[in-house]
Amino acid sequence: MTMDAKRPESPAAASLPTELLALARELRAEGVALGTAELLDAFAALQQISWEQEADFRSALGATLAKSQEDRHTFDLVYERFMLRRTALAASRDRAADARADAEEGSGAPDGRSRTVLEQLFGSEELSEGELQALRAALVQILSSAGQGPHATESQLRDLARYTVLALGAGAGSGVLGVDLQRIRRTLDLRSEDRPSLPTDDPRRHGVPRAALRRFEALLRRELEAAQIERTGALPPARALRELSRALPSSPLRDLASVQRTIAQLRRALATHSHEARGARTRAHVDIRRTMRASLQSGGVPIVLKERPQRPRRPEIYVVCDVSTSVTSASVFFLSVLHALHDAFRRIRSFLFIERVSEVTDIFEAERDFRALSERLTKHAGVADISGYTDYGRVWSQLRTMIEDDLDRRCTLIILGDARSNGRDPGSADFARLAAHAGRTFWLNPEPRLYWNYGDSVMASYEPYCIPFECWTAAQLEQVVRALARPDSALAS
Amino acid sequence: MSTSGERHAADHAPSHPAESASPTSAVEVREGLRAAGYLPAAETALVCHLALALGKPILVEGPAGVGKTELANALARMTARELIRLQCYEGLDEAKALYEWNYRKQLLRIQAEREPGWREVEGDIFTEEYLLARPLLRAIASEQPVVLLIDEIDKTDQEFEAMLLELLSDFQISIPELGRVAARTTPLVLLTSNNSRELTEALKRRCLYLWLDYPSPEHELAIIRMHTPDLDEQIARRLVEIVALVRTLDVKKPPSIAESIDWARTLLLLGASAIDRDVLTSTLSVIVKHRADLAVVGERLGLSGARPGDDDGRQAA
Ligand SMILES: Nc1ncnc2c1ncn2[C@@H]1O[C@H](COP(=O)(O)OP(=O)(O)O)[C@@H](O)[C@H]1O
Ligand SMILES: [Mg+2]
Repeated sequence: MTMDAKRPESPAAASLPTELLALARELRAEGVALGTAELLDAFAALQQISWEQEADFRSALGATLAKSQEDRHTFDLVYERFMLRRTALAASRDRAADARADAEEGSGAPDGRSRTVLEQLFGSEELSEGELQALRAALVQILSSAGQGPHATESQLRDLARYTVLALGAGAGSGVLGVDLQRIRRTLDLRSEDRPSLPTDDPRRHGVPRAALRRFEALLRRELEAAQIERTGALPPARALRELSRALPSSPLRDLASVQRTIAQLRRALATHSHEARGARTRAHVDIRRTMRASLQSGGVPIVLKERPQRPRRPEIYVVCDVSTSVTSASVFFLSVLHALHDAFRRIRSFLFIERVSEVTDIFEAERDFRALSERLTKHAGVADISGYTDYGRVWSQLRTMIEDDLDRRCTLIILGDARSNGRDPGSADFARLAAHAGRTFWLNPEPRLYWNYGDSVMASYEPYCIPFECWTAAQLEQVVRALARPDSALAS
Repeated sequence: MSTSGERHAADHAPSHPAESASPTSAVEVREGLRAAGYLPAAETALVCHLALALGKPILVEGPAGVGKTELANALARMTARELIRLQCYEGLDEAKALYEWNYRKQLLRIQAEREPGWREVEGDIFTEEYLLARPLLRAIASEQPVVLLIDEIDKTDQEFEAMLLELLSDFQISIPELGRVAARTTPLVLLTSNNSRELTEALKRRCLYLWLDYPSPEHELAIIRMHTPDLDEQIARRLVEIVALVRTLDVKKPPSIAESIDWARTLLLLGASAIDRDVLTSTLSVIVKHRADLAVVGERLGLSGARPGDDDGRQAA
């Protein structure tokens, strides 16, 4: 071991032990067994790497602090959260210091209320069109050259994101991350395709590589998150992690019992609803034309009420479930919801899809055991194509030929999916037709609402035709059921 | 090999001779491993660098066939060190892992001496000459630093683990009849585990931890291109895509990098110009070994029979 190659003193070095202890405390709180030996190893490891690469920093800590696959997963989550807060804190200190320096220079009034100064600097004043154009030009240039020299670009991108948020975001923040991000995106108005119709000197004429744009938006989100933490002064750590760790593929069946309980409530809620519907239907069933014809034979007096022949009873619930990779962690949850639905309702048909739809009602009816069921389903043929990419547009049009004629106003249509279309046509017209045929349409999306309509999420094209819910935990499912049980939700159609 | 008696116990600390050939940064390790025919993920290179720099063992865990064993091989090539490998199995004991007295030879020696003073013979037959050094002792006693691979440690029992722990703590082995053998050089130690059982906390505490998973598509593509540079790039891409898909299915044995490479070689041999249905059907068994798995994958890739669930005319009971 050679220790002679001492690293240059880093500004962060002084506080490193404290920081590391804080990180260790959070890790322990999340159940990672950590001793002094690990911490000493972590220190030693950090002496051996370059601190310029955040990835190396993380790897070195990961290799010394987390000693199993599960612990490593937890470590990654906690580290992410920890660094986020740390960056936010540092940034807020920087900004406060800058602002104070500026204030002292300017009015000469040393003012402790740096927040106001901050807002003056970045928030209250709109960028002039010229400044905005300059910002765009810089972004387009750097984003278009992304990919050459990965590391330099990454930190450049981060700086750009930070600057962009400062210039367009802070101060005027709405407090809702998604809204802020959307606003910044609109203002910047960068696209991946070329726009020859724009003036030649407009930087937006040339499209920006899609991957770089996505990466940049992810960084924007991170910066906004940091800004939000700074504003609210807090991040609810424990809760955030518990939510996240649900995504661990290792905890699939934990929620099964509570899902089942909740679905039983849903059955009661829907039962009330369909009673009302059935009542209306009975009255409507008198076939006026045939009754009139019959009455002509009896001298115009309608004595014999002719009833329309009853069509065979049709399923009342149609569930269509996305099992693509983008929702893998949610898929298990969805499948357990489907399973519970089949337990609770007799008239239900279910469909799984990725690129194509296939009906799995029989499988659910034949198999009561959840484990066995999931096994059979994963082996099920025709669920998807090789690509594994969801094709919502195709799914709706296929579904129309499969079930449109069977749908009527007594039917409840439930979609379980993330509405991530991989850039393909969302097919909202077909979806609208399906929803119009069904009595009510609910959409359970496993992503937090904040993420809807970002990236390739096309939730907005479906929202007008359905009642959307954010739902990927048993607790959220309970909220959904409560909402469904409210009388006004019957007006959903 | 040399041994020292108890009286030398004080200077058992392993020395760290300056190895000029040894890489001194993660980037150098990455380049070195590449040159040795192994494409490490960034984290793999970093952890190997730390192991070399800190003199700590690496515990490498991950599914079968993701390159755990090969990593040790490549590290040995990179550092131009001898690779000493201990393959673990159920029932592996110290006699096979550490050392054993060469009883046959000892017996011959005793028989050769007609009128012996026992003491004399005893002093004679318990010397290095009559000792069979097994991998762990060889690794410790080597004059030159070696790479020690303790492969599939999860196959042994906890008792063996405890012995190993002692070895990894002190880098010395005590042989009752001979005294202590202390390492003169620090071996680079890799322990691999397929995760068939939980290892003890104490052992893990000793090690740096590296989780090797199935590689990302780009990484796997690079590995495939390295092993079969003549395979058409489009085919290689497709291959990686399909393998990644099969890994998401519920199969007993998901295809590993080893299977991907085998498949690439097969396709190259067949001179396939694309992975179409026929090629897929005839070569699927290269990446999917279990019969039951074959059925699952075949169905999912649409290679067999009709798809159930498409009978639209279905009426509810
Ligand atoms: N990163 C890599 N670069 C080059 N070849 C690799 C890499 N990872 C795995 N391989 C190849 O994959 C095969 C399986 O690797 P192996 O080390 O036997 O797996 P494990 O020990 O994890 O079961 C070997 O032929 C190895 O050469
Ligand atoms: Mg192996």
